[in-house]
Amino acid sequence: MSIAEKFYTMEYGAAPEDPKEAVQWLERHHRRFEEFIGGAWVKPLSGEYQTTSDPSNGETLAEVAKGNIDDVNAAVAAARKAQPGWQALSGHERARFLYALARQVQKHSRRLAVLESMDNGKPIRESRDIDIPLVARHFYHHAGWAQLLDTEFPGYTACGVVGQVIPWNFPLLMFAWKVAPALAAGNTVVIKPAKYTPLTALAFAELAIEVGLPPGVLNVLTCDAKNGQALCEHPGVDKIAFTGSTEVGRIIRKATANSPRKISLELGGKSPFVVFDDADIDSAVEGLVDAIWFNQGQVCCAGSRLLVQERVAETLYSRLKARMETLRVGHPLDKSIDIGAIVSPVQLETIKKMVDAGVAEGATCWQPHNPLPEKGSYYPPTLLTDVHPTASVAQEEIFGPVLAAMTFRTPAEAAELANNTVYGLAASVWSENINVALDLASQVKAGVVWINCTNQFDAACGFGGYRESGYGREGGREGMMEYLTPKWLHTLPPAKAEAARMQTADDADGIELAAAAIDRTVKQYIGGKQARPDSGYSFPVYGRKGELLGEAPLGNRKDIRNAVEAARGAGSWAKMSAHGRAQVIYYIAENMIQRRDEIVHRLSAAVGEEQAAVETDLSVERIFTYAAWADKYDGMVHHPPGRNVAIAMPEPVGTIGILAPGEAPLLGLLSLILPAIAVGNTVVAVPSEQYPLILSDVYQVLDTSDMPGGVVNLVAGKPMELGKTLAEHDGVEAIWCFRSNEEATMVRAASIGNMKQVWTNDGHEYDWFNPAQAEGRWFLQHATQVKNIWVPYGE
Amino acid sequence: MTVGAVCVYHAFVETAVKALEGSGIPVAAVSTGFPAGLSPLAERVDEIRRSVEAGASEIDIVITRAHVFNGDWQALYDEIAAFKQACGPAHMKTILGTGDLMTLRNVARASWVAMMAGADFIKTSTGKEAVNATLPVSLTMIRCLRDYSERTGMAVGFKPAGGIRTAKQALDWLALMKDELGRSWLEPSLFRFGVSGMLADIERQLEHYLTGRYSAAYRHPIA
Repeated sequence: MSIAEKFYTMEYGAAPEDPKEAVQWLERHHRRFEEFIGGAWVKPLSGEYQTTSDPSNGETLAEVAKGNIDDVNAAVAAARKAQPGWQALSGHERARFLYALARQVQKHSRRLAVLESMDNGKPIRESRDIDIPLVARHFYHHAGWAQLLDTEFPGYTACGVVGQVIPWNFPLLMFAWKVAPALAAGNTVVIKPAKYTPLTALAFAELAIEVGLPPGVLNVLTCDAKNGQALCEHPGVDKIAFTGSTEVGRIIRKATANSPRKISLELGGKSPFVVFDDADIDSAVEGLVDAIWFNQGQVCCAGSRLLVQERVAETLYSRLKARMETLRVGHPLDKSIDIGAIVSPVQLETIKKMVDAGVAEGATCWQPHNPLPEKGSYYPPTLLTDVHPTASVAQEEIFGPVLAAMTFRTPAEAAELANNTVYGLAASVWSENINVALDLASQVKAGVVWINCTNQFDAACGFGGYRESGYGREGGREGMMEYLTPKWLHTLPPAKAEAARMQTADDADGIELAAAAIDRTVKQYIGGKQARPDSGYSFPVYGRKGELLGEAPLGNRKDIRNAVEAARGAGSWAKMSAHGRAQVIYYIAENMIQRRDEIVHRLSAAVGEEQAAVETDLSVERIFTYAAWADKYDGMVHHPPGRNVAIAMPEPVGTIGILAPGEAPLLGLLSLILPAIAVGNTVVAVPSEQYPLILSDVYQVLDTSDMPGGVVNLVAGKPMELGKTLAEHDGVEAIWCFRSNEEATMVRAASIGNMKQVWTNDGHEYDWFNPAQAEGRWFLQHATQVKNIWVPYGE
Repeated sequence: MTVGAVCVYHAFVETAVKALEGSGIPVAAVSTGFPAGLSPLAERVDEIRRSVEAGASEIDIVITRAHVFNGDWQALYDEIAAFKQACGPAHMKTILGTGDLMTLRNVARASWVAMMAGADFIKTSTGKEAVNATLPVSLTMIRCLRDYSERTGMAVGFKPAGGIRTAKQALDWLALMKDELGRSWLEPSLFRFGVSGMLADIERQLEHYLTGRYSAAYRHPIA
């Protein structure tokens, strides 16, 4: 075509990125990669290799080691060996390594970008301008955290050896999100890149050699999913970080239930993209391009669920279709294409099947007329309209370039639809009215909310989900906390291995009921009312000398059900001002002070006079502590690059189930209830079987303290049994278990239904009498989850 | 390669018409108290008439920015309509002075009023403001053109002016026009650049294309 003709047609030509350097790099390695263990390339003990290919043409790029359990063992051993030395370095020394890695990524940015696009299929425009710069940014930011570790996280220490499993959609970026904070905190790492996309992780390992990272600090283990699972379950791993599907996250959580190791999971999503009628529709259309066609829609936080206000729906659809007609699907290394290749034929098939299912369920499918390359795994940008909220394409993650659209009429309906999902990773809200936008942002259950923008990421801003999108955050201060643990925790005595064995009247062999006259009726406390147990049974409670102290109600699963209903119905507690909550909590203290002597008297029978007095007095202090905290546990404001501000708000987790410790029947119970309610959660607490009669003292105080019904619910019974019902209950967002290891294992395994957050004593018996350990931020952190709301500046 | 028009002050219209006789290249006059547009309305209207009489077939008018700041859309409409009437058969480009208007909202509202009052083209700047054509401002105006065309069926032209100095920058605007409005909006009847500062760079790039060597501006005639 002549120049004149080109100027006449104004068609886009090919703008290929030269892959020469990346290909030469592959050739230098003879297109075969070993494991990176202990600072060197080592042949896999398995002796096996697997291949990775270019999704744009299906051709094999290289062979990489396919490790087995022996390789997992070797990698974990190398990391373990290196860990004390790495942790012993000063924060500054670690900061210099992380800084060097950031520089090295920048120096070799194009090779990494090209390699990423070849291995993954994403457009070079994205790998070059988004993925790799964010990788460098992440290492810079965390070099900073290493430098500031001692001053900003005093009293915290590294977890130890960290096992990390990452997905194929942002191979090197997810690698950076995992490795940078882990190393900054003084951990050593064994990381398993995804089977489809191992190359940039291996290229990074080479950069680690170049900067002289001590051997064993970073180990890159290529293997299959089964051995990735083995890594997570390895007894030598102190902390697991996983990004991937909710399905696999669930398996990992269950398989590691018997271990107190820390775990963070960044899982799937079906994030709403909400467009109000006063939105800038053209901007919203561009937002959708970045929401669902970024990285071929293979993004965990993709805005895959369009909710548009009915009166602008047709306008939005028609402008969106016009825009879709100009999206260019093509070779990932073409610098001016919009959409690249789907990562693998398997994924392509999944997308096709899900779209077909959506159409079969009644959706209208629209695709533009732009041509697809003849060879390779490609799928056109797709709009599904007439989608019902119940449709599979509205509820399930497709992980492809497919947008499912629905309409709403009022802001309340938008919030309801936005939250009608098991996920809670992200949301995008479009309105030119900041009040409307912020109102929805506050209501939506998601870890990240983007106002008038979408898919914004920064190392300083925590990223992570609510609900079944997982727990833990990546980035920022809250991300660092995932790789740290309080030093004092490891000095505590071990928790009991087994749950207490209780014999009660409803057991097969029953128990002999006490004949003594009992002048006190203790009930459950549900929805602000005293309630008889559903079972109709009570169980005897004995004092230290074996004397009968009274009878406690024997709760069952129906009592828990009722208590959870009451707790969920008390959501207005979270909306009450923090000042209002503080007043109620102070009032609890006031009423407890008035009853101090009688509480001490009754508690004495269970724990002795001395402890009873200390427990009661410390309880009053603890109540004051959390009344004080209620209006002070504030969020932060981040200033990520670009014209925007990100507001990091700690929000209550929701309804929390609490299994209270036996050591201090009153103080232990209150030490867990108080931080939860101070920040707006509602709770269902099970007192220890040691002295469940404490219930009546607590609820009598609550009843006189203006505490709204349902905020605190108390159910006595067998903690193991009630705890299981709580842990399995999908209406409970978190469960805290400060009891035996057996009970902790049970709640972790039972929590996978809705992937609820689990917090335990990590195998230790807490010292509830030591305020330095038993109250404050450590507790409030677990009672909240951070929501980052991104608000752009300017028109 | 030719230019779409040669744009001069009123005083040089006659000279330009003479110089371009037979070339088919129209002469455009910047008018209405260019660049500030602050002389009395009657004088501005009169200036248009004289330029047209002198042979200008295109007139670039500037709006009273104060009407935009005050939200006095009727006054803005009346002013532009009066200019249009004075233009008669001459093609009228309305310069919004976007660098003065400061906000994209002002730019969009002024674009709409200008189109409704009969502008054949809307143009970003005089080239004399502190900030001239930018991509965000251009995108805003282009989307007004699109919406106006969708609602009325009438195609109004666009001219980004000032600050576009390189061939590479020009490509940004060409891509913007094509992606937002389609290929048909890339003809001189609907799209012009202010190229006072760009022509030499286009020549440099053409020379580079031919020789493979980078060229220098001083080796090309001054535009």
